[in-house]
Amino acid sequence: MKPFTNFESRLVPLPINNIDTDQIIPARFLKTTSKLGLDRQLFNDWRYDAEGNPNPDFILNQPRAQGAQVLLAGDNFGCGSSREHAPWALTQFGFRAVISTSFADIFKQNSLKNSLLPIAVPADVHEELFAAVAAHPAATVKVDLARQTLTTPSGREVVFPIDSFSKHCLLKGVDELGYILNQEPAIAAYEAAHPAPIRTL
Amino acid sequence: MPRTIIEKLWDSHVVHQQPGAPSLLFIDLHLVHEVTSPQAFDELRERGLKVRRPDLTIATADHSIPTTDRSLPIVDPIAAKQLAQLETNCSEFGLRCLGIHSDRQGIVHVIGPELGLTQPGMTVTCGDSHTATHGAFGALAFGIGTSEVGHVLATQCLLQRPSKTFQVKVDGTLKNGVTAKDIILALIAKIGVGGGTGSVFEYTGSAIRSLGMEERMTVCNMSIEGGARAGLVAPDDATYQYLAGRPHAPQGSAWDAAIARWKQLPTDEGAAYDRSVSIDADALEPMITYGTNPGMGMPITSALPEPAAVADPIARDSIAKALKYMGLEGGKPLLGHPVDVVFIGSCTNSRISDLRTAAGLLKGRKVNPKVRVMVVPGSQEVKRLAIAEGLPEIFRAAGCDWREPGCSMCIAMNGDQLAPGQYSVSTSNRNFEGRQGKGGRTFLASPLTAAASALTGVVTDVRTLL
Repeated sequence: MKPFTNFESRLVPLPINNIDTDQIIPARFLKTTSKLGLDRQLFNDWRYDAEGNPNPDFILNQPRAQGAQVLLAGDNFGCGSSREHAPWALTQFGFRAVISTSFADIFKQNSLKNSLLPIAVPADVHEELFAAVAAHPAATVKVDLARQTLTTPSGREVVFPIDSFSKHCLLKGVDELGYILNQEPAIAAYEAAHPAPIRTL
Repeated sequence: MPRTIIEKLWDSHVVHQQPGAPSLLFIDLHLVHEVTSPQAFDELRERGLKVRRPDLTIATADHSIPTTDRSLPIVDPIAAKQLAQLETNCSEFGLRCLGIHSDRQGIVHVIGPELGLTQPGMTVTCGDSHTATHGAFGALAFGIGTSEVGHVLATQCLLQRPSKTFQVKVDGTLKNGVTAKDIILALIAKIGVGGGTGSVFEYTGSAIRSLGMEERMTVCNMSIEGGARAGLVAPDDATYQYLAGRPHAPQGSAWDAAIARWKQLPTDEGAAYDRSVSIDADALEPMITYGTNPGMGMPITSALPEPAAVADPIARDSIAKALKYMGLEGGKPLLGHPVDVVFIGSCTNSRISDLRTAAGLLKGRKVNPKVRVMVVPGSQEVKRLAIAEGLPEIFRAAGCDWREPGCSMCIAMNGDQLAPGQYSVSTSNRNFEGRQGKGGRTFLASPLTAAASALTGVVTDVRTLL
């Protein structure tokens, strides 16, 4: 994983609550055995019509979405299926952060493992951001992970929560598997003390 | 200090705790399927890692698998490749694979319990959000992403933070025509799809205790639709009776020792939960969803909600968007709405008791000729049991399509799907836009409601047919 760096970006507003991972990437695209090439299928059924042509009303097809790195979504983003294809598709499109008031548990964990930062903000900040981007589509936010701050278009600095371990992993580009593999002695000791409950056939 | 079963399960699986880091948790059972595992096996290959505990890992094919005649080749080349990749990966890494031609193949959350792999006191993971199903046995079972599938394959461990404990207390007696599915749909309608985020549910109360194991699986299965990563029921005699004699369950003196251990699991008297909610089983009616997430549910006799009555603008727009997608109008009833397809299956409701329930209503009757009715057993074992009881004949005589086991039209990856605009009454777990096929519209309900609607061709209150 590459270390997560600070950035400034325009926002892509998607003011819908409970956006589930089936919308982020529909299940029929999960037959792939690769992680790659999923950006085209991001929000596929909202983004394309029945013939596969881009739907001009959908924000991802508008010029303002090109190059934007922050998705601004409604409450409880990423609910439903555990598919990690959701953060893979979001990051391959170019997103580095998603702002919502809350995130579904599995989506949040999957995102953190893919350098996609879930930024949970209070309802008033959430409203301010939607209002700001409605008034000025080119409005930008700044994300500083080390300081855990989101700077809104009005210059207001908002501190967002992230656990210290995930923050460390993102900033240093550390992947969790490497960390777990280093706990080998503890795992071996646990296994020795806990015989498998499953009767092997 | 008194502890909940959730805390007991957590405490007994912590391998290592470094200050400032999440706990390293041992996983007793890892279930693998074709869709969320290929990239995890690639990761192991790239790093030169082995699967640490093949004895605690078992794979099956369920999501992409056709539910048509298994002796025929798979029509979809991408699905065929994914299914072949699972077999290759399992063989390369030394894992047992109950693949497409195994007589034990089935939906991963159906075969774990029926093989006796899922047991009380375990931690269970799978790259699938409905892993909570296994919580019915008093296990801490939760869905994980593909990166975490790789972590468990390589180390049999996961980095986790404890969840909040959330008691869902269901007391009373279910009325005739009201089932386990209605309990869980009522809970999700009450707390919303994000209501349990950050929590593990423990289902308690007299109504839960009186449910059979398969009904408890139905309830736990949909915990994720209420936002909780896991949901469980403390083990009791029903749990032990279900497990006794199953292939992977302990036997002889090991069985006695296991029972003694399992009896320590239930929540201690006086243990406190972070949150609690109560549901009155006596007051429950058959439930149905009308919208595009499982929280958009209501008693089947209710009128559809009016978006104008919702104060918050984004919430109002979300309901209006859902009704528009569903082609429904606020304030109108859902009863009597035409149905094109009825789907009886999925990890929520494809077990033998579900099929018996549906067959009981369909026996000697004919489904409405305008409705396509698919009955998809959860596993080869469920299929065998159904055949032994003569259920396929009942379904076929009623005009239903009896198919091979798999996830089928719950996730519509395998060609079993709705056409755009079609309405289904489904016993599955998700009514998201396009979930059962692009443009398809799903009403989630119990097997009884599904069978009743199949007979009439419209959304039907099963109590009028009992």
